Amino acid sequence: MKAKGIVFLVLLIFIMVSTAFNYGFKGINYSIAADSVRFAVPANFPKPVYDFKDNPVTSNGFKLGRILFYDPIISKDKSISCANCHQSFAAFANLDHAVSHGVDECLGTRNAPPLFNLAWQKEFMWDGGVHHIEVSPMNAMTNPCEMATDLNTIVSRLQETNAYAPLFKAAFGTTEINSQRTFRALAQFTSMLVSANSKYDKYIRKEKGGDFTAEEIAGYALFKQKCSTCHQEPLFTDLAYRSNGLDLKPEDIGRDSITHLETDRGKFRVPSLRNVELTSPYMHDGRFETLKEVLAHYNSGVKPTANLDPLLHQNNVYGIRLTTLEQSQLIAFLKTLTDRDFVNDKRFQAPE
Amino acid sequence: MKKLIMLFCGLALMVFAASAKPNPGDPKKATKTGNIAIHFKNVVNGQELKLNDSLSLYKNANGDDFKITTFKYYISNVSLIAKNGDKVAIPDSYFLVNAADSATQNQQIANIPEGKYTGITFTIGVDSLRNFAGAQTGVLDPAKGMFWSWNSGYIFVKLEGESPKSTAKKNRLTFHIGGVKAPNNTIRTFTQKLPKTLKINDGKLPELELIANAGALFQGKTTVDFAKLNFTMGGPNSVVVADNYADGLFKITQVKN
Repeated sequence: MKAKGIVFLVLLIFIMVSTAFNYGFKGINYSIAADSVRFAVPANFPKPVYDFKDNPVTSNGFKLGRILFYDPIISKDKSISCANCHQSFAAFANLDHAVSHGVDECLGTRNAPPLFNLAWQKEFMWDGGVHHIEVSPMNAMTNPCEMATDLNTIVSRLQETNAYAPLFKAAFGTTEINSQRTFRALAQFTSMLVSANSKYDKYIRKEKGGDFTAEEIAGYALFKQKCSTCHQEPLFTDLAYRSNGLDLKPEDIGRDSITHLETDRGKFRVPSLRNVELTSPYMHDGRFETLKEVLAHYNSGVKPTANLDPLLHQNNVYGIRLTTLEQSQLIAFLKTLTDRDFVNDKRFQAPE
Repeated sequence: MKKLIMLFCGLALMVFAASAKPNPGDPKKATKTGNIAIHFKNVVNGQELKLNDSLSLYKNANGDDFKITTFKYYISNVSLIAKNGDKVAIPDSYFLVNAADSATQNQQIANIPEGKYTGITFTIGVDSLRNFAGAQTGVLDPAKGMFWSWNSGYIFVKLEGESPKSTAKKNRLTFHIGGVKAPNNTIRTFTQKLPKTLKINDGKLPELELIANAGALFQGKTTVDFAKLNFTMGGPNSVVVADNYADGLFKITQVKN
């Protein structure tokens, strides 16, 4: 009886202390159940680039990654989480925000890219400067206009938040919290963000719900004829860096900032068109609000920039001429790339 | 039938021969190993390196005064060269030395096969493979402040300071050397014949003294003028600095058996 009383008292103190430690980190539910998850390659997709050998996705690893993704503790003033700029309903891009918006009301220079099918990406960010999924969150964590902190701070904050030790233990076997485990848990979450269940995918895989309308069929034919060299199926990007003639004198030098090559000035990575209906605004700086504006650019707005992609200057014509009808057909096809199953997947959303 | 027996015997002989061949990686045949202690001594062209020392400024080869506030570097993939010329690679050998942390200036290399060694070779920086291998831990933890987040990869050598000649804000000097992709690959290899034969024995702890000369960043192939070059984080200017330090940054000055 007496022993029971002591255990109870110790437990009570423990709870009080841990509550005190967690003061200020409201809104994060550290006790969500582990989802049953497994990384699987969709039937119409190639082999992923990410080698899961050292970091296989497990339910507990994914769960920790999910909690970290939604925890603002990662930013300097504990106000911004990964999810601030990567919203599930916008296919993990930032709806309405032209450029990233971080701590202290700081505005960055580039549009937050959507997060999905990252396991197939060999390079990350608009300029491809990051070449591994595991270290890509470090960019946002340390950018002074995003989370504005550093790894040592993040790791010690996680160590001081009692809820994390058991989460790390469940995910990796011991309670040790370090940057590698933090990155790997986040990679388990982000690599699971697979979008491959759009109407287009069902059409390709001849599944139920994959019947295209006449307009969508016409749009797909146009797409294959005029867009698919850069926006290669099934990822809808060739992951190359190209200039699409936005500005005669680019304000942002793009890929050049990584390679230091004049021939890369003003080039940016070809974005995936999957879920493009949900990821406005568009381009590296979010200058276009609608898909109509984007197609208008390709139709009549392409400028003879220094490194303009040769595909956008053929037979003395700049850009891709498209009639109004063709533009609406293309947009109809692009909307078949919207994956509602993906954006509505509860496993990817904030822990309730 | 006879042919079959012959074939079988032949096969058995081959298997036997293959298994009898000494295999250096065979754990049963593994020889005893020993350790060495390495003492890193940071200098600037012969003077002792003192961080934040405004009283005695250093001078680069161009005659520009400067002081140093940060000096950190990686060495990796250490191999010792045996008397017979064999290169003995020390697996997983990564070291980070930080002039601000004296503990990092005295390190040990473990698990070296016993024997006599006459030379050493290592990568200045971190090999290309690890630069592309995702989140690392230990001395390669990106939290050590030697990893670029926006253009991922390790900073091999980091020197920061100030010079009245520098045209940068607050007269700063920022030399962050790294990058493994052509044409801006800054991986350089250091190789030196040891001043004396190094004897590795189980239970002994021989010592090496390794001098790192921060001044080597600014002289060699190109004499750096701080008015013209005071900031680099990868790219062509980092190649200029890496070419400078490839030969002069390190020197093993002592072997104590």
